[in-house]
Amino acid sequence: MKVIVDKDRCIASGQCVLAAAEVFDQDDDGIVEVLLENPAAAHYEDVRQAAAICPAAVIRLEEP
Amino acid sequence: MTGLRHVAVAGASAAGLAAADALRREGFDGRLTLIGAEDALPYDRPPLSKQILSGQWEPERVLLRSPEALEALQADFVLGTAATALDVGARKLTLSDGSVLGYDGLVIATGVRPRALPAGDELAGVCVLRTLDDALALRERLRAGPALVVVGAGFLGAEAAAVARGLGLDVTLVDPLATPMVRQLGPRVGAVVARLHEDHGVRLRLNTGVASLRGSGGRVTGVLLTDGSTVDADLVLVAVGSVPATEWLVTSGLALTDGVDCDAYCRAADGVVAAGDVASWPHPRLGRRIRVEHRTNAGEQGMAAAKTLLGKGEPFAPVPYFWSDQYDAKIHVHGTVPPDADLRIVDGDPGDGRFTALYGSGGRSTGALGWNMPKQGRLLRRHVVEGTAWATAGVTG
Repeated sequence: MKVIVDKDRCIASGQCVLAAAEVFDQDDDGIVEVLLENPAAAHYEDVRQAAAICPAAVIRLEEP
Repeated sequence: MTGLRHVAVAGASAAGLAAADALRREGFDGRLTLIGAEDALPYDRPPLSKQILSGQWEPERVLLRSPEALEALQADFVLGTAATALDVGARKLTLSDGSVLGYDGLVIATGVRPRALPAGDELAGVCVLRTLDDALALRERLRAGPALVVVGAGFLGAEAAAVARGLGLDVTLVDPLATPMVRQLGPRVGAVVARLHEDHGVRLRLNTGVASLRGSGGRVTGVLLTDGSTVDADLVLVAVGSVPATEWLVTSGLALTDGVDCDAYCRAADGVVAAGDVASWPHPRLGRRIRVEHRTNAGEQGMAAAKTLLGKGEPFAPVPYFWSDQYDAKIHVHGTVPPDADLRIVDGDPGDGRFTALYGSGGRSTGALGWNMPKQGRLLRRHVVEGTAWATAGVTG
């Protein structure tokens, strides 16, 4: 799985961090930072949840 | 899969699309139909009063999914067509094109529509902002540089006023309450919003409602306020809240006291769930029925409702979240702000345009706010989740 984010769209809600704290963080302005661009399978469900709840549809996943 | 062969989703916006996505993610491989009253493919509404209205974004950027992602959903989209009636017993929807659609499971996600003023909306130059078409039409009108009166200083009115000032227009913001966004943010933070708008040159007319709209030759020319004064206007944006789009359900037998009344699992009847702006439910932790008109809830509740349809439901107990962008202020709120809520500044200073705060009610923390401090505001959310005792929440030293 590859995690792709569109930082220009990010509204700094932090909902992704709440869903998958090992994979996402926020910078000082609250904008999304991807900690694990290719997360391990153990994180897949959390990452899918993060992509689904992002209120600005910022997170795109490439899944094989 | 619980005898579910066909799921119909009435409403093809954020909540409906989230429900459809969740159904597929949870393994539903039957027929899926999304019915949307608007012609457009599913799009996102929050940017309408921000980047779309300002002209910063073109309409393509608000689409919620790429064509490929929509294709992968393997759903039938019936757009430009509204659901007009529901027979819960027979599990049949009637659509505005006269056709009848049977279903095994139904997601109601028809959202809300703007509330109108009691009179005057037939005048040219009086508009509302809910759909992409509304936003594009309003943006076009703003280009002509009209004197704008925004009626209603809630979310939408405050954001639209900020955009219009950013475009250099003459803007008056009218509200019968004493403070803008007081229902969303409480009086103290609402006062910070008021100062923000005044600093940017918006004329605030608070504590006064609209008595009537003035017109000449079929065009609006001004707004008569209940305090007896008149404000000249070439353009009036009516942003006085919204009403759940449930007219089509009045003969369905569903309970409609506040939108579609659901149980804690987002279930409205056998085989029927509801999600998003249109749905109310008893929030397990708050202990009362709420209906939330915010973007994040549309997604979360869409997912929760989908799981209920599939027999995997859980009581829906989210921490509500919303944000608002006005000028350079980014306002984020996690949790709730009850009318009697107390406010405590935790970090920063409202006078500096950067602060975090907690809201408390009934002895517990209920909400966390970040004003240009989104991450720090989010970190305070734990007080809301844990219901930290108000006496000590966010008190340092």
